[in-house]
Amino acid sequence: MSVLIYILVMAGSTYLIRMIPFTLFRKKIRSRFFRSVLYYIPYAVLSAMTFPAIFYSTENVITSVIGCVVAVVLAYLNQPLIVVALSASAAALLAGLVF
Amino acid sequence: MKLNFTKGMKDGIPIALGYLSVSFGFGILAASLGLTVLQAVGISASNLTSAGQVAGVGIIAAGGTLIEMVLTQLVINIRYSLMAISLSQKLDDSFTTPHRMAVAFGITDEIFAVASAQKGKITPRYMYGLIAVSAVGWTLGTFLGASAGQILPEALNDAMGIVLYGMFVAIVIPPARAHKGVLAVAAVAVGCSVLFYYVFTAVSSGFAIIICAVIAAVVGAILFPVEDEEEEEGGGQP
Repeated sequence: MSVLIYILVMAGSTYLIRMIPFTLFRKKIRSRFFRSVLYYIPYAVLSAMTFPAIFYSTENVITSVIGCVVAVVLAYLNQPLIVVALSASAAALLAGLVF
Repeated sequence: MKLNFTKGMKDGIPIALGYLSVSFGFGILAASLGLTVLQAVGISASNLTSAGQVAGVGIIAAGGTLIEMVLTQLVINIRYSLMAISLSQKLDDSFTTPHRMAVAFGITDEIFAVASAQKGKITPRYMYGLIAVSAVGWTLGTFLGASAGQILPEALNDAMGIVLYGMFVAIVIPPARAHKGVLAVAAVAVGCSVLFYYVFTAVSSGFAIIICAVIAAVVGAILFPVEDEEEEEGGGQP
């Protein structure tokens, strides 16, 4: 299938998800359950996307694991996003020189 | 200060700088999956969303179905619907339907957070300034990352593959430290995802993410329902 079709479908769905509620909705969602699900969805998505895929994000599982550990430790220490992301990459790069 | 176009552009600069390095990682990822520079830039310019784009290029590379693409974007980006609803209460009277339809394109976690933090009602001009600068950062970073794939040494290129995942880790862990519900949701999602990756290998990655995210979020909503003030914090990626 043409990549262009994928891109159009992807962009169209992402846009409609934003546009329909922004244009039509004027009231607040009252259901606490539904609001809770929406609140948790981003964390659930990111967690599921990251593990175990992060272990295969470089050519070598060992360097990926080292980068992952560095990311987890720095994130736990509340470092900014960019610091965590680039440090993970730097750690994987340095580990690649050894392993 | 008046919420005009210039103020919007100024507020967009820190967002754009943050987006530059993250979208650089996306560009490298897209190029490594076989997409051209133009395709990668086209995706960033037309989507303006990090997690959705990463999952999207994964589906393209795997030759997934269009239904899988739509459902994946729906689940990953459903939080924008909540932000859109929340932001819709803060719009001033000049926000006609065409303005709403245009501004909706640029609702990301950061843009939502910055716009929500403004005192009083927000104007279309302010939103256009904010979105324009942020979108330039996001698209430019993608262009540089996708192009760099052909220029950078292979070792460096390879190590950049972890950048986006590092950012995802940085988004989830701090709130998981502070909030039991987020921790539980993250643990369920990771456990489920690992199970699909190694055991139920017949299920494609896009569907595995959808299934795991919905299960984990529902478990979190049942065990740890959120209070009113928590709902608008959101994640930290576009």
